[in-house]
Amino acid sequence: MRAISFEHVCFSYGGEEGAFSLNDICLTVEEGEFVAVLGQNGSGKSTLARLCNGLLSPHSGRIVVMGTDASGSAADIFEIRKNVGVVFQNPDNQTVASIVEDDVAFGPENIGLPREEIGRRIDFALRAVGMEDYRRATPARLSGGQKQRIAIAGVLAVMPKILILDESTAMLDPRGRREVMDVIRRLNRENGMTVLLITHFMEEALLADRAFVMHRGEIVMRGTPREIFSRADELETYSLSLPAAGQISRKLQQKGFPVATCLQPEELAKEIERCASGQNI
Amino acid sequence: MKDVTFGQYYPVDSFVHKCDPRMKILFLIGYLVAVFLSADFYGLAACAAVLVLCVAFSRVPVKSVLRSVKGVLFLIVFTAILNLLFYRGETTVVIADVPLRWWIFNITVEGIRFMIFVMCRIFMLVMISAVLTLTTTPVSLTDGLESLLTPLKWIRVPVHALALIMSIALRMIPTLMDEIERIMNAQRARGADFSHGGPVKRVKAIIPVLVPLLLSALRRAEELGDAMEARCYTGSRTRTRYKKLTFTWRDLLLALLLAALIAGVVLMNVYLPPIL
Amino acid sequence: MRIRAEHLNYTYNPGTEFAVQALKDVSLTIEEGEFFGVVGHTGSGKSTFIQHLNGLILQPSAQKKYKPKKPKKGAPVPPPSLLHVGDFDLLDKKTDFRALRAKVGMVFQYPEHQLFAETVFDDVAFGLKNFAKEPLKGETVERAVKDALETVGLDYAAIKDRSPFDLSGGQKRRVAIAGVIVTRPEVLVLDEPAAGLDPLGKRELMSLLHRLHADWCKTVVFVSHDMDEVAQNCSRVAVFADGGVKYTLTPRELFSRFGDLEELGLELPAAAKVARLLHEKGIDIESDCTPDGFADAAAAYLSSLRKETPAQPRDGEGGQA
Repeated sequence: MRAISFEHVCFSYGGEEGAFSLNDICLTVEEGEFVAVLGQNGSGKSTLARLCNGLLSPHSGRIVVMGTDASGSAADIFEIRKNVGVVFQNPDNQTVASIVEDDVAFGPENIGLPREEIGRRIDFALRAVGMEDYRRATPARLSGGQKQRIAIAGVLAVMPKILILDESTAMLDPRGRREVMDVIRRLNRENGMTVLLITHFMEEALLADRAFVMHRGEIVMRGTPREIFSRADELETYSLSLPAAGQISRKLQQKGFPVATCLQPEELAKEIERCASGQNI
Repeated sequence: MKDVTFGQYYPVDSFVHKCDPRMKILFLIGYLVAVFLSADFYGLAACAAVLVLCVAFSRVPVKSVLRSVKGVLFLIVFTAILNLLFYRGETTVVIADVPLRWWIFNITVEGIRFMIFVMCRIFMLVMISAVLTLTTTPVSLTDGLESLLTPLKWIRVPVHALALIMSIALRMIPTLMDEIERIMNAQRARGADFSHGGPVKRVKAIIPVLVPLLLSALRRAEELGDAMEARCYTGSRTRTRYKKLTFTWRDLLLALLLAALIAGVVLMNVYLPPIL
Repeated sequence: MRIRAEHLNYTYNPGTEFAVQALKDVSLTIEEGEFFGVVGHTGSGKSTFIQHLNGLILQPSAQKKYKPKKPKKGAPVPPPSLLHVGDFDLLDKKTDFRALRAKVGMVFQYPEHQLFAETVFDDVAFGLKNFAKEPLKGETVERAVKDALETVGLDYAAIKDRSPFDLSGGQKRRVAIAGVIVTRPEVLVLDEPAAGLDPLGKRELMSLLHRLHADWCKTVVFVSHDMDEVAQNCSRVAVFADGGVKYTLTPRELFSRFGDLEELGLELPAAAKVARLLHEKGIDIESDCTPDGFADAAAAYLSSLRKETPAQPRDGEGGQA
C-alpha cells in the first residue's frame, strides 16, 4: 500500500510568495520505506510534514495518506493523525505532562482507548524507544536525547503506520542524535514503520532507502542517498554538502587517486586501504 | 539552580505518596478546619502530632519540607508582630521595671501567647500544604481536583479542559524558569543590571527579559498546540483517562485519622481548661 | 587578555540535597589571540566554566556577602584557586564585573532568542549604552552600531530601522551577535553558535567568526559539540568531562587519542574515524582531521608508497600526485 502520496501540491503561508511556500510537489512514500527529505532551512521541508497530517491543508493538489484524503472532513483528518505520528524539533515543546507515562498516555487518551489498552501501549512505546526504566521520571530532568525519545514514545503509543521526524535531532548533541537515530532505524527495520525523516544532517540521510532534496519549495533531486551524494556539485548549488567522508573521497579523486565515492568512514577506510595495497603490489 | 521547592514533587515511594490525591486534598481541607477549630494549644498539639505523622510517613526529608516555610517566613513574622503589638491583653509585660506599653501598642503576656499560637497555626498550614505538594505530582493533584470538581460539569464548567490547562501550566514551569535564567544571563552579559537603581529603572530593566520571554512562551504555545493536535487531541468528549483514581485502605486510614483529629479537637475545646 | 584558571571548583546549591559539583579542580590557560575550542558533552562542566569568564557565575569569594571562613584546624588545605581574565581577578569581590563584561562578550546558544527592542538599531545599541559610563553621543553610538552590523555582514542602512522580529533566522542570529560585539570585547565567548543552522548557515557563521577573530576580538573561545567544526577551526581544544579538564591539546594531538575520546562519549570527526580504522590495519595517516587536511595527508601517504615502489607499472593511473 502507498503510505503517502502528493499530487501537484501547492501551498503558501498567507499568500506570501517565496521561501516558505511549496510549489507543485509530487512524491510518494511506500509503506515500510525510509525516506529522507534534505534541504536548507526555509526550503519548505517542514511545511511538507505539516501537510502530511492535516496541520496545514494544500491550496491545490491532492494529498492521500494511507488511503485517506488529507483535505477531507474532520473525521478524515482524525483518521490520518492516528496513522501519522509527527515528532517535532524541540522536545520541550511536545510534552504535556510532568511524568513520562502520563505524557505517553496523552495520545491514546485522545483516541479514546480503554485504560488497560493505554497501559499496554505505554509499555510498548517506552520499550520501543528503550526508556522503559523511566516510566515515572520527570521529563524536565532528562537529557535532550532522552526527552526526544519520550516524544517519540508519545507518538508511537497511538500506533501510527507512519513516523515523520521534523528536524527532530537538530537541537540535540551528538550523543542524543545517535540515540534518536538508533531508535528510528530500529523502528523501520524491525517494526516495518514507514519513516519520513526531515533533516539537514547529511549523515542521517545515509540510513534512508530514498531521499529528496528540497530547494525553495520544490523537489530538485530525488533518488537513493548514494545517487544524490554522487552528484556533489549539484548538491552544492542547493547549499548542501557531502558527509565528511564523501568530501575526503572526492578530494582524493580530484588529486587523481582511484578511490570510489564513499559516504561512510568505514567505506572510506577500506577504500584507502585497498588503494594503498594496490600501490604496494 | 533555583529554589523552587514549593510545589515541587519529591519522588520517593511512601505511604503518603500512594494515597489517592482526592483523599489528600480532602485531608488538607479537613486539616485546615481542624487547625482553625483548635481554640487552644491542646488542639494545635493534636494537629502537630498528625503533622509529624504525615511528614514521617511521607519519607520526604524534614529539611525539604521546612524549606517551603522559608518562602512564607515573612508572612509568619509579619502576622506575629501585628498580633504581638495589637492583641488586647491585660497583663502588660514589664522588663527591668519598664512596662512595654507605648502609644497604641501594648505588649502583654496574653499577646505573646497568642502570637505563638498564631505562628504555630500558620506554620502547620504551610507544612501540611508542603507535604501535599511534595508527595503528590502536579498531575495527580490536578487529576484529583478535576475528579473532585466533576459535579461542576452539570453547570457547564469545562472541568476537563481546565484540568489540562492546569497540568500543562505546571509542566511548563521548570522550562520557563530555565528560560528566564538564560535570558537574564544573556542580557546581563550585555551589561543589563537588574539589581540597582530606582523602581522606574528596575521596571525598565525588566523589559529586555520580558519581551523575549513572552515571545518564547508564544512560540512554545504554538508548537505545543501543533504537537497536541498531531497527537490526535481534539478536546472531544470521547477522550478517556489513563489515570484512574481508586480509594484504598490507605485512604480509609487517612479519613479515619482526619475524623479522629477533628473530633479530638472539638472535644478538647470543650473539656480542657484554656491556656490562652 | 589572557585567561588563566587554576584549581577552580564550583558547586550549585551548596549545602542542600540538590548540591551538584559542576567544576572540579579546573586548571586551564587560554592565551591571548587563540581560537580556543571547548568540547564535552552536556553536563561536563563546560557551560559553568565559560559563564565564569565574564562573571555571570561568581565564585563564593567574589560575591558581595562573602566573608572568609577560618580554615578548620587539621583539615587538608585545598590548593589555592585562581581565575584571572587579563588584569581582572575574578575571585575578588572588589573586581568591577561590569567593566569585565564589557571586555568579555558572551554569545549564548540561540542568541536570537534574546532580541527584544523595536528596531535592530536599538537592540544592537543596548549593550553599548549599558556599559557606557556617561551618556554617549548619538554619532558615537551610530558609528559603533554601523561597524558592528557591517562586520557581521548586514547592510546597515537597509536593516537598522527594521524590527528584529521580522528578519530571517540567520539574520536574527547575526543581529544578536552584533549586539554582543558592539562594545568591541577583547574576548568573545560563544556557546554552540552554530546550533540549529543548516550546512550553509554553519559555513557562513564560521567564516564570520574567523573574520571577527582576525580584526575584532583578539581571543575567541568556542564551545561546540561538533568535532568536525572544532577540528577545522580551533588552534587548541580543552576537553571537559565530569567537571574537570581532561586534556588541553591541539586538534591534531587530540584526535589521535581516539579511544580516550570515545570513552568520554564524544563523537570523533569523520576523518579521525577513518584514521582510526586505518590505524587498526597498520596504516598511520597523521593529520589535523579536517576533511581537507586528511585528504592531503592521505594523498601524501599514498604517493609516498608510489615513490617507494617506482618499478610498478601502475604509473600514470592516478596522475602525478
